[in-house]
Amino acid sequence: MSAVHAAGAELDRSVAAAGTPEAALAHKCLYYMQLMREVEDRIERKLYRQGKVLGGVYVGRGQEAISVGSGLVAIPEDVLFPSHRDMAIFFIRGISSRRVLAQYMGRVGGLTRGRDGNMHMGDMDAKVVSIISALAATVPVAAGAALAMRYQGSNGVAFSYFGDGSTSRGDWHEGVNFASVQKLPVVFICNNNQYAYSTPLNLQMACANVADRGPAYNMPAEIVDGNDVLAVYAATERAVAHARSGKGPYLLECKTFRMTGHSAHDMAHYVPKGLFEEWGKLDPIVRIQQRMLEENWATQAEIDQVHAAVTAEVDDAVAWAEASPFPDPSTLLEDVYESQ
Amino acid sequence: MSTTYLEAIREGLWEEMERDPNVFCIGEDIGEYGGAFKVTAGFLEHFGARRVVDTPISEAAIAGASIGAGLMGLRPVAEMQFADFISCGFDQIVNFAAKCRYRWNAPVPIVIRSPSGGGIHGGPFHSQNPEMWFVRTPGLKVVCPATAYDAKGLIKSAIRDNDPVLFFEHKALYRKIKEDLPTEDYTVPIGKAKVVREGTDLSIITYGAMVWTALEAAETLAAEGVSVEVVDLRTLVPLDRDTVCESVRKTSKVLLLHEDTRTGGMAGELAATITETVFEYLDGPIVRVTAPDTPVPFSSTLEEAFLPNAEKVIEKARWLYRY
Ligand SMILES: Cc1ncc(C[n+]2csc(CCOP(=O)(O)OP(=O)(O)O)c2C)c(N)n1
Repeated sequence: MSAVHAAGAELDRSVAAAGTPEAALAHKCLYYMQLMREVEDRIERKLYRQGKVLGGVYVGRGQEAISVGSGLVAIPEDVLFPSHRDMAIFFIRGISSRRVLAQYMGRVGGLTRGRDGNMHMGDMDAKVVSIISALAATVPVAAGAALAMRYQGSNGVAFSYFGDGSTSRGDWHEGVNFASVQKLPVVFICNNNQYAYSTPLNLQMACANVADRGPAYNMPAEIVDGNDVLAVYAATERAVAHARSGKGPYLLECKTFRMTGHSAHDMAHYVPKGLFEEWGKLDPIVRIQQRMLEENWATQAEIDQVHAAVTAEVDDAVAWAEASPFPDPSTLLEDVYESQ
Repeated sequence: MSTTYLEAIREGLWEEMERDPNVFCIGEDIGEYGGAFKVTAGFLEHFGARRVVDTPISEAAIAGASIGAGLMGLRPVAEMQFADFISCGFDQIVNFAAKCRYRWNAPVPIVIRSPSGGGIHGGPFHSQNPEMWFVRTPGLKVVCPATAYDAKGLIKSAIRDNDPVLFFEHKALYRKIKEDLPTEDYTVPIGKAKVVREGTDLSIITYGAMVWTALEAAETLAAEGVSVEVVDLRTLVPLDRDTVCESVRKTSKVLLLHEDTRTGGMAGELAATITETVFEYLDGPIVRVTAPDTPVPFSSTLEEAFLPNAEKVIEKARWLYRY
């Protein structure tokens, strides 16, 4: 599924110019990670502080490799259930940064037309299902989507995303168990960023890894370096192959770190400072750039060009979103039911 | 020194924990972090991890474990990070906690504190007023304080109560309102409404943050020569029907106001109570001002249109006054 937005041109150009499939994949990964980073930076560091984005702002800074590496494996039949830190899924499924920014600003141009904010959005045409706030609520829903795909004879897989903390919810366990019992085609993708709001892993679960939960459901589980986008891609290919072939669900635990507070208002004083430095060195964007240079998949100039194109795209998207009107109060009662 | 609504709750909770070693707190991020809204900031340091229990993201476990501890004679005070997430622990509350005393005479002395309400750009999942989910479940008490004084007095009463109490804190009030509180220990009884402004022409019956909206409207209407009485229910279950009916007897006109949505809202129960009890005193139809029957919208233009405010109350009140 190719990007339908303006800077998609840069993506198409750089992918076409890449000599090998690996190089082309790396270019795609870089583009989407950079786009997610830029859009979220703009939201959190600028628009939120200017009062143009209101309410809660949660970003996936430092975790971009997870949604990008896994999302790029999806085929059009697949249905994706991104968490609040997986913005790139929307871009990969062809939803423009313009509409995502309008969503955050509460404008009519957003996916929920101002009805909801931030990552609380979806689009069934793009096969992206909206989260609700209640964590892990999408997990049983993903199992249901997988059930439907099997029922309908589609070879699609459901991609169910969540954080480490969400695996404490009963809904998570009910959804995973059901998918396992029914051998449903679901890939469960955990971003283990080691904190859930202020709660560290050891207060969240008594096992060392989220993957340790897999055996209880007789479900294969794999731990992957969540800051290595190509490793996430390769692991997702394995997981998807398993699920698509009818063997049942597969759990991927992507180890990463939340490089911000829980949300824009949280200074994360409870996180030992050294951890930010340590994980900062493992930034997934820096790592893919280094890899691209080492492997001769790109020159520094080409990498800079991606960044410039993304910046220009986001400038345009912010302007477009700001020009999109606020919803008219006269529409307040609409859309609760099919017909009023 | 004046105390905010948030500090009042915090003080009430703190003093009850000092008073009774069986009282403890349980919830998500309430320990080192002090809770999403910082109601329990400093509690872990002072009371220790035995009495300030941080939980995983497991609302059913928070509610269920509170019930278990309550059955064993402790007095847990559970915190839902946002009232909206209380639905994740719904079964424990409405089927377990609510029915223990009735079925097998086992008291469940728990308090579940939940920040609720809109006006903070929280959208559909951080703005709801879920009190009616519980008001219609016999066995649960439901408290919605509007002032710092009542918040402190009612949290204390809730903790001392031997039945499960749902305690809804309006999050838009947390840091917005403050007042001087007595230094000595006091409680506010559960089940007693309060006339917060006396008037003769018309009664506004309301609760929670809307008490302030009603008072604002009453002020404007007073300048127009309309004398408005404002009744703050403070507790939805048990409902103080006497105070409501007494006010209607006095003014003969009544406007029911709540931030919660319309159908199945508290106003319906109040209207039925009023017609059953004091119908012959009424000089006009019972009027409702509520949020419409939609989810709470995110965008400011929609949220403003959604929430009741003083202008909407004044418009209806003028109409009713002239009726
Ligand atoms: C059922 C429920 N309880 C509490 C919250 C409040 N909350 C929002 S995000 C969050 C932490 C989530 O942690 P995790 O699942 O690990 O995802 P992360 O934010 O770390 O990506 C909490 C507690 C919620 N959204 N839903």
